[in-house]
Amino acid sequence: MKALRWHGKGDIRCETVPDPEIEHPRDAIIKVTSCAICGSDLHLYNHFMPGMKKGDIVGHEFMGEVVEVGQDAKSALKVGDRVVVPFTIICGECDQCKRGNFSVCERTNRNAELAATAFGHTTAGLFGYTHLTGGYPGGQAEYVRVPYADKTHIKIPDGLTDEQVLFLGDIFPTGWQAAVQCDIEPTDTVAIWGAGPVGQMAIRSALLLGAKQVIAIDRLPERLSMAKAGGAITINFEEESVIERLNELTNGKGPEKCIDSVGLESHVSMNHPDTLLDRAKQTVMLESDRPHVLREMMYVCRPAGVLSVPGVYGGLVDKIPFGAVMNKGLTIRTGQTHVNRWTDDLLRRIQEGQIDPSFVITHTVGLEQGPEMYETFRDKKDGCIKVVLKP
Amino acid sequence: MAHHRNRRSAQMSRESADALARGLGWFSIALGAVEVFGGKGVARWLGMEQNEKLLRAYGVREIMTGVGILASRDPTPWIWGRVAGDALDLATLGKGLADPNAERDRVIMATGAVAGVTVLDIICANALTGQPPQSRQLRWDYSDRSGLPKPAMQMRGAASDFQAPRDMRIPDALRPYTQPQGNEFPRPSM
Ligand SMILES: NC(=O)c1ccc[n+]([C@@H]2O[C@H](COP(=O)([O-])OP(=O)(O)OC[C@H]3O[C@@H](n4cnc5c(N)ncnc54)[C@H](O)[C@@H]3O)[C@@H](O)[C@H]2O)c1
Ligand SMILES: [Zn+2]
Ligand SMILES: [Zn+2]
Repeated sequence: MKALRWHGKGDIRCETVPDPEIEHPRDAIIKVTSCAICGSDLHLYNHFMPGMKKGDIVGHEFMGEVVEVGQDAKSALKVGDRVVVPFTIICGECDQCKRGNFSVCERTNRNAELAATAFGHTTAGLFGYTHLTGGYPGGQAEYVRVPYADKTHIKIPDGLTDEQVLFLGDIFPTGWQAAVQCDIEPTDTVAIWGAGPVGQMAIRSALLLGAKQVIAIDRLPERLSMAKAGGAITINFEEESVIERLNELTNGKGPEKCIDSVGLESHVSMNHPDTLLDRAKQTVMLESDRPHVLREMMYVCRPAGVLSVPGVYGGLVDKIPFGAVMNKGLTIRTGQTHVNRWTDDLLRRIQEGQIDPSFVITHTVGLEQGPEMYETFRDKKDGCIKVVLKP
Repeated sequence: MAHHRNRRSAQMSRESADALARGLGWFSIALGAVEVFGGKGVARWLGMEQNEKLLRAYGVREIMTGVGILASRDPTPWIWGRVAGDALDLATLGKGLADPNAERDRVIMATGAVAGVTVLDIICANALTGQPPQSRQLRWDYSDRSGLPKPAMQMRGAASDFQAPRDMRIPDALRPYTQPQGNEFPRPSM
């Protein structure tokens, strides 16, 4: 079959590899009908995440048709079922899964020891996302083996297009959880850094959950135009002072809730001198991430407010104003998304027409064009916001 | 409001750019002095003896730009002058690379150093000119892509049937805004 494989920084290739096979009775094999490139994939593409090996199949946003089911998954799945696969692999039985903390499932990471060395404890296995999270082959491919398939799936009823439901596997619940973690009240201003796909979903989620005011921060006019369409007031951080504007819009008190949907690759520019220093430190391995957005949120957030961090961080960050966090009594909530915790509810909202997440798609191409699309998406060329690949 | 929105970010970059410019000014003077007074030695070290005169001339150029940067109120044109000068230096060193008599390793080292300074010069010049390096026009307009069935403002609160799970609610003590104060948590005494 054809699959997109990582070969190093900026080097993704579409290559022929052996088809996956059932390896365990709880496995299923999925024939992929649609998959997408995520901002998280860019962290691999730019080689900021450790733990990739040459030849790894990437991709963690995918859906398709079940073509083979292992003995122990047969009670839950049958050949022909149409499923979206969550990017977090879940067992459904461990302590964490029982609490709905699916992204920290204790069983599905087959490199649990490696993960525990890096993070103190293991987290869930993920598709196509480094050997720290199990080294499972990803979904930018024609076929995928889904481990723990009896739990790791979202069944899709007829009558919905791939485009409407594909994002249930990652970015829609990610934006949703980002907003839910803010525990939004009708008086709240929610400020959202990053108007990429995750930011766009967070903007709409915050609106639907009743925020008084949603503010989106980015520098790309096309992304800001899409943010505005979702009801956000926009700030272009290359043209205006983020802190000044946020204070202006909140009578000098700052936003109650702040969401970081940027993560470890904050834009490097003279306007944000700290990012120049972070970039230099990254080069000489003194720091792994560029936490500009975290610093800004901690500084501008209203006392007793909440910071919600769906943006991915990989390791160590410097110059974090923790004094501001402590003295202002801020709450920080973060994590990879507990996808299946939200998907029944979100699927219903899509079916009822409350939201159609396909609005974010700007490019749809064949899998073979995947490598060039990584470049287009990374460089924000051609108005690219979200790429869907059709194997 | 529109005019003062720009103030903070523009001022910050202007300040750091000015500091960088001053640094580059002193660097110019120091480098120029070495080229003028030690021109012979530098040319010999590079194995490019025949370029000794040229090197001294470049040194004079460096000193002039350096003084220009430090003495003028607006160093912008002088920094752009440095960028142009870097291009000249790189071209000369490029010629040296092709020269079989030149000390290749040393020429490569010098080229690397000049390239590094060039990057700084360009960053500085850009910031001083006040143009964000990648400022972009709205070429792709997605203002019709809401993903919502009605105008956004009419969708506010449409999902308020959603109950935040207990583990994601903010601590009650930090909920001073609109929540009714029940008996199940300590009430603030006011
Ligand atoms: N928690 C999860 O489970 C989860 C799931 C999916 C994605 N993510 C993460 O969410 C983040 C965003 O993903 P995406 O797909 O939207 O990526 P993206 O790269 O398309 O979007 C990031 C956006 O942030 C903007 N940005 C950069 N620096 C900024 C700054 N200083 N201030 C404001 N905006 C800035 C960029 O211009 C870009 O539009 C990534 O870190 C990704 O890894 C997390
Ligand atoms: Zn993702
Ligand atoms: Zn589990």
